Order: sequence, then structure tokens, then C-alpha cells
Amino acid sequence: MSRNGPLALAFHTLFVIFMLAPIVVVCFVAFTPEAYLSFPTTRWSLRWFRAIADYPEFVAAFWQSVWLGALSSAIAVAFSVPAALAIARHRFAGREVLLTLFQSPLMIPHVVLGIAFLRFFTEIGLAGTFFGLVISHIVIVFPFALRLTLASATGMNPQIEQAAVSLGASEATVLRRITLPLILPGLVSGWALAFINSFDEVTMTVFIATPGTETLPVRMFLYIQDNIDPLVTSVSACVIVVTVAALVALDRLYGLEALLIGRGKGEQ
Amino acid sequence: MTGEAQPASALPAVAPERPSRAPYYLVAPACLLFIAIVLVPIAMTVLLSFHDWGQYKGIERVFILKNWREVVTDSYFLEVFVRTFRIAVLVTLVCAVLGSIEAYILNRMGSPWRAIFLVVVLGPLLISVVARTLGWALLFGGTSGVVNQALIGLGVLSQPIPFMFTETGVVVALSHVLMPFMVLSVWAALQRLEPQVESAAASLGASQGTILWRIVLPQIAPGILAGAIIVFALAASAFATPSIIGGRRLKVASTLAYDEFLNTLNWPLGAAVAVLLLIALVLIIVSANRLVEWRYREMFR
Repeated sequence: MSRNGPLALAFHTLFVIFMLAPIVVVCFVAFTPEAYLSFPTTRWSLRWFRAIADYPEFVAAFWQSVWLGALSSAIAVAFSVPAALAIARHRFAGREVLLTLFQSPLMIPHVVLGIAFLRFFTEIGLAGTFFGLVISHIVIVFPFALRLTLASATGMNPQIEQAAVSLGASEATVLRRITLPLILPGLVSGWALAFINSFDEVTMTVFIATPGTETLPVRMFLYIQDNIDPLVTSVSACVIVVTVAALVALDRLYGLEALLIGRGKGEQ
Repeated sequence: MTGEAQPASALPAVAPERPSRAPYYLVAPACLLFIAIVLVPIAMTVLLSFHDWGQYKGIERVFILKNWREVVTDSYFLEVFVRTFRIAVLVTLVCAVLGSIEAYILNRMGSPWRAIFLVVVLGPLLISVVARTLGWALLFGGTSGVVNQALIGLGVLSQPIPFMFTETGVVVALSHVLMPFMVLSVWAALQRLEPQVESAAASLGASQGTILWRIVLPQIAPGILAGAIIVFALAASAFATPSIIGGRRLKVASTLAYDEFLNTLNWPLGAAVAVLLLIALVLIIVSANRLVEWRYREMFR
């Protein structure tokens, strides 16, 4: 029941090719059997996927990224819950200023944040530490965590909590048994969106990561700066496959559009 | 909440707001985190841009305008900043035109294609920027690259043009990287559109072109402008894409700051470049937002 004419569909086709071409080409070249960049024509090979195992820097960087993303996203969500409850339910002086402050990592160029963190961590002796990476990533993924916790805190009916209080539940019980379970889907999605953004972050991290604490995108970026060979395409292909799998799961769970715009399924 | 009327006295829907300290206690942890980890480091960077630096003496904690004078007067820095903003403007235009058209087409699609293609178009947003830029580097690959062959095959070009290490290549790759933000923004605006208005215009005899130009476009314009602001800000501060596609020669503001920091090791000068980029972007974004709000204050009410 499409209402698009042939011209619109032609545009759409070209647009989709434009959006997918660079992603598909990376996955395609990764299967080359040759020692140089080429499209596999007659023979497909897993040679460059096996080669990843012989390059321990990529493997180490992958785990570094996973732990960094998981930890910093979890802490960001933990910080975002009380802030979201306050912003969703109260009108207080400074509320708008705080919202702007919490959204600021989206507006401040990541190069500036990277430089600021490098300077800051060098001064306080945290340069090149995993701890430094974690606290910097907490801040940059915080807006994503807050967006979804805020959406679920706003969408929650406050009368349910009032009912619990009127039935004699203590504040702690209300929080543990009523509030948190109700906003849990928002927390999980917020964590996932924060994780993806932490896992992708390269601009800020390239300033503060040192050879021992490089994340996967940073390792890939520095590798490409030196030379582009099939090895980095197979690593990228793995990253793409993992991301697409996570994306499909998130879309089923929460709705990608809602996730990106910041509203949960079924909320207005 | 239509249907049965609630007795007004039974339960006040929302407790009347009285000034309370509770919200401040709740936001305190996140607020302190941001002051300590965002505001303090940025203040230190601003301070750093006034320090002196020498090849052998390193950073000297004095207060001088040397770096700022160099950044403002040296024609090399001017050239880099002009290039940065030229790329950002071009990327914004490409995204605004193509992204708005695609969002409109997507919105007219039927189920299930609409949902499928929305994921296809928005999904790349979450895929690693380095991987996507690598894809463009592979597609550009010299004058015999896939992109050139395709464009010549389609009759768009008569002879190959270089994409790698050129502004054209950076604009194409960055447009791809930032396109989802524009589609998302216009898509959100389209969702607020009343489809009956289009039908009404058609029934009154308006042509398809008139409907698009007079009915749809004015209504989604705030969405396009909001998307344009996001795309511009991200394009002007992009780092990985201009670095990989542009190479070591074609510098933009962020890659220049990176070079000063990690290759030349002149941190104060790098800090001045970064702070200038931040100030320029904040000024542009704030005034653009003001302009949009002022122009569309009726719609936002």
C-alpha cells in the first residue's frame, strides 16, 4: 500500500544503497583470500578472521571495550535514576540548567572533552589508567542513560506509588518494590544505548587511551592510520555483525525509533 | 483518562508542589559528578590555552596570550577553520536535502516496509564510525575505486575524480555518518503531521508539488532545522572520518588539535584550537536555536 511513485522509489533505492554500501563492502572484503585488499571473486576465505587471533592487540582491545562499556554504562544508569526521578516529578529552581548540564556531553565536541580529560587526568595522576577511562565514559554516555530513564520515570503513573504509601509501605519499600521494577525496562534500554555509545566512542578515548588501555575502536583507528589491510576489515566485519545483532534485539525489545527518539513503546 | 469521573476530594492526582529539598538531594550525585568531571577539566583546558610552551622547557604555568594570538592571526589556522566550517556547511546541506526527502518517502511507505527501512536507514547510527569510514575508504580507493566506476557507469561523471584525501571524499563520508540524525529529526516532525491536511489540499485541487511546497515543507521545517543544527555541530567537530579520509595533509580543527597534542606535544596551542572550536560551535548553535525558536514560536507556543 505504498503511496510512493516510481521516482520516489528510485530515490529510495539509491539512498538505501548509499547507506548500506560502505557497511556491506567492509564485510565483503573481509572474506578475501588474498594478502591485499580485494573483492573475493572466485574464492572466499576465512583467512583474515583467523588472523585476528594472531594479533592479540585487537583481542585485548575488544575485551577492554566490553568491560569499559558495561561498567561505565551501569554506573551512568545508577547516577541517572535519582536525577531522572527528580527531573520527572519536581519543578525546582535550576531544573533547566541541570538538564542542559547533563546533555552537555552531546554538544561539547568530543575532541574538546578528550583534551580536557587528558589534561585533567595528567594533573591528578590518573593518565593512562582504566579508572580514568571509566569515569570519562560515564560522563559521555550519561545523556543516553538519562534520556531513557527519564522517559520511563515520566511515563510512570505516580498514583501507584501513592497507593503503596497509603497502604503503609515505607519509602525504601516503594522504591524497591514499585518504582524500580516499573522503570526497569527504561533502565535496561538506557544501559544498552549507553553501552553501544561507549563501545563506539573513539574521538575522546584516543586522547586518553595508552597502549595498555586502548579500546577496540581506538586500536582500529590507529591501525588504519598506519595502513589499511584485510585484517582491519575482518575486525570491522566482526564489530558490524555484533552491532547489527544487538540492534535487531533492541529493536524487538524496545523499538529502535523509540530508543533513538527517546520514547518507550506504548508511551505517548 | 476519560470515562468515569473521579471524586475530586478522594485523591489529589498530584500532590501540590511545595518547595522541598528532595529534588536537590536526588540530583546531587550526578550534578557533583558533572562539575568534577566535565566543568573542572574544561576550565583547566581554558586555563591551559593561556600557558606558555617550549620545545625544551615544556608547559610553563604563566598567563600569556601567545597561543591565542597565533591561532587568531596565523593564516594556516584560519585556513583550517574555514575548511572545517565549509565541510560542515556542505555536509549539513547534503543531509538536509537527501535526508528530508528520504524521511518523507519512508513516512509514506506501508507496513512492513516502513519499519524495515527505518531500521536500515537509522541503524548505521549505532555502527562504529571507524568501521563505516573504513568502508568509504575501501569504496573510494584511488581513481579506479568502486564509487568512480559507479558514477561513470551511471553517466554522472565523465572521468574519475579523486575522493581519498580530498574535501569531496570527507563530505561524502561524513554525510553518510551523520545522515541518520537528519532522517530521525525530520521523521519525528512528520509524525506530528495531520495526514488529513494533505488530503484536504488535494481535494481542493492542489497539485502534488504545491502540497509538498506549501503544506508539508512549512510544517516539517522546524524538524529539518533542528536536524541541521545537530548535523552541523557534529560535522564541525568530527574527528575519525576527516582523519581517515582526509589523511595527514587535509586538516580540520579537531585533527589539528589532535596533532598539536599527541604529535607536536604543544598542549597549550592545541588547547587554544580546541577552545576556539568549542566557542565557535556554542555561539553558532545557540544563535541558530534562538533563531528557530523565534521563527517558530507560534508552533512551539
